[in-house]
Amino acid sequence: MPDDLSPADPSPEPATPSGSEADWPDVRLHVVTGKGGTGKTTVAAALALTLASLGRKVLVAEVEGRQGLSQALDVPPLAFEERPIMKVSGGGEVWGLAVDAKAALIEYLSIFYHLGRAGKALEKVGAIDFATTIAPGVRDVLLIGKIYEAVRRRGTRRRPDGGIDWLYDAVVLDAPPTGRVGRFLGVNREVADLAKVGPIRAQADSITALLRSGSSAVHVVTLLEEMPVQETVDAVAELRAAQLPVGAIIVNQARDPLLDPAQLAKLAAGSLDRSAVAQALRHSGAFPGDDGSGTESRTDDWSESCVTALLAEGAAHAERMRLEDQQFSIVESLGRPVYVLPPLRGGVDADGVRILAQELADQGKW
Amino acid sequence: MTAHAARSGRVPRPLGESAPVLDMDALLDDGGTSILVCCGAGGVGKTTTAAALGLRAAERGRRVVVLTIDPARRLAQSLGLVELDNTPRAVAGIDESAGGSLDAMMLDMKRTFDEIVEAHATPEKAQQILANPFYVALSSSFAGTQEYMAMEKLGQLHEMRGPDGAPRWDLVVVDTPPSRSALDFLDAPERLGSFLDGRFIRLLLAPAKASGRAYVKVVQAGMNLAASTLNKILGSQLLTDVQTLVAALDSVFGGFRQRATQTYALLQDAGTAFLVVASPERDALREAGYFMDRLAADRMPLAGVIVNRMGCTTLTLDADVADRGANRLDAAAGAAGPRGASPERVAAALLRIHATRDALAERHRAAAKRLSDAHPGVPVAQVPAAATDVHDLAGLRTIGAELANWAHP
Repeated sequence: MPDDLSPADPSPEPATPSGSEADWPDVRLHVVTGKGGTGKTTVAAALALTLASLGRKVLVAEVEGRQGLSQALDVPPLAFEERPIMKVSGGGEVWGLAVDAKAALIEYLSIFYHLGRAGKALEKVGAIDFATTIAPGVRDVLLIGKIYEAVRRRGTRRRPDGGIDWLYDAVVLDAPPTGRVGRFLGVNREVADLAKVGPIRAQADSITALLRSGSSAVHVVTLLEEMPVQETVDAVAELRAAQLPVGAIIVNQARDPLLDPAQLAKLAAGSLDRSAVAQALRHSGAFPGDDGSGTESRTDDWSESCVTALLAEGAAHAERMRLEDQQFSIVESLGRPVYVLPPLRGGVDADGVRILAQELADQGKW
Repeated sequence: MTAHAARSGRVPRPLGESAPVLDMDALLDDGGTSILVCCGAGGVGKTTTAAALGLRAAERGRRVVVLTIDPARRLAQSLGLVELDNTPRAVAGIDESAGGSLDAMMLDMKRTFDEIVEAHATPEKAQQILANPFYVALSSSFAGTQEYMAMEKLGQLHEMRGPDGAPRWDLVVVDTPPSRSALDFLDAPERLGSFLDGRFIRLLLAPAKASGRAYVKVVQAGMNLAASTLNKILGSQLLTDVQTLVAALDSVFGGFRQRATQTYALLQDAGTAFLVVASPERDALREAGYFMDRLAADRMPLAGVIVNRMGCTTLTLDADVADRGANRLDAAAGAAGPRGASPERVAAALLRIHATRDALAERHRAAAKRLSDAHPGVPVAQVPAAATDVHDLAGLRTIGAELANWAHP
């Protein structure tokens, strides 16, 4: 500690929100989960950009070998080692890592056991396969162990405030989906009965300590649909039971209601003044043959069927909003910060991810 | 019931010429189809699709059993799956007038594993296996066990006979586990099988059996070093548990690898039909494409692709045009506030709702077409997006009908 109380270093300081102002003041490991199809990988990619846009050095990692992050960020496939994947204006940068259990184990063995021939022999007889694919829990310990190590690694910069200089200001983990995340993060329980002593056990205990230390948060991504929200509720309960820190609920693809609740209710009930709406639609110039003047046109019949179709789509939208509202109140009842992301009309691509990153930056104090 | 009223009920526009049509009823009615496997990425509606197909086949006269792995609670309830007892139960509320029937079950992987052990071992030996700590962990938490047991159960259901000696069911519909990778169910049996039959285990079982020949000694030395390293890392107790377990299993099984090979052959059989399920989003389609390639490489019979949740609209009005119209109306409505109640504001909102829908439908069509272009000749069926989740038989029937309608509008 005294060593760090040296004169201020000229290197720029990451813009870290401090104290109670920040939503996640001490969190450096952001774990992102969610039901399949909710966009958890997209959100993890966006969150990495959000954090980097604040000038931080961010590592974004995946553990399931899907290369979803590189697709979302439109960068080459992530490697088994940490590599820089993009620089962000404001001095931040994003590094990427695809954690592979086998590579992690071999690296681990070579560092701690200086294995030469034995490493090859292990591989040859299937022992590496055994440890990384068969032995329950060991694989997860290896995968999160790699993340743990990255979170804890120190840099060489001197911080003017005397704090520890972590190599990465933040690590974002694209974790397994909600159905498996409890087991994935609950490594200590998973290996408890199997490995009562030894390095695997010790590693599992350290990981658990990090996850519970206040420097980690598990964010859950959901859509405002029944099944994903139900899985979110289940996952939050499971995480809490395992004393794992539940972070934010991130609602993805939430629709813009476009109308106030009273109008939506009328739309759903079919009790809007059809002729007034039809009249207004004629002024829109959206129908072929219309000149926007609002005068009757030759395409009158066609226009009427358009109005009918638009009202039907509007009614479906209103019904959908009602269901989304119901689901949203369930999400709110979980008592966690909620961030709401819009649907991306153009689909998920690198531009879409940037839009989501901006939304996250606007809605939270990261 | 409002759930289904809110469905659009519309079949989206057909794809381009590149995609042959998946004739779902022909597949379901074909007595030669005895196993249907629904696979695809997580969250694409696999389980719902499997249930909908099982229901439709049953109501068209097949004797069907649906094996689900991890159904959403309400879907499970709609199939009468209130308890996880690892036994197929008749589903109530089915139209059996065509002579068919529907049973459903939820996989309990641990129980399935336990039952295999109990069926093949003496009671004493079974007890010893079931109590082994490594067995307990392997049977309840190894990610691949679910896949292995799903395939094991599939084989059991396929072989099960009724009182008359005829097959108990003539169609088994299975959805695949929500794996790390959608391919795990193809790989897990082989992986577990080769592990349990493999060199590593033989090494653990018989380190003392080395003969005097020199090269064996060298290999043995390497293996002993490997084993002692693993001992250090995993702890000797774990390896001892594995040794004990494998010694016990070894005597009761005719070889895990052999069972894995049988399952694999059953999947390759002409009576099996794989359906790749996808949603029209990039990740799901990429995974679907990957899956199709893998099935082809493994010579597994792919019947077609189902693209769920297609955006659709009944109105031919381009998103851009609708958006411009909405902007014009908003400008005209001026200061009334963006969410005001004037007819102009409502009309603008309607145009925007349509624009969003049209853009989504267009994007989904393009995405589905890209998949078909990349895999020419693979039959496709599409299902329009539902406004809500499906969790009753009526909803499943609607989906089944939409799947069939794709070929016969």
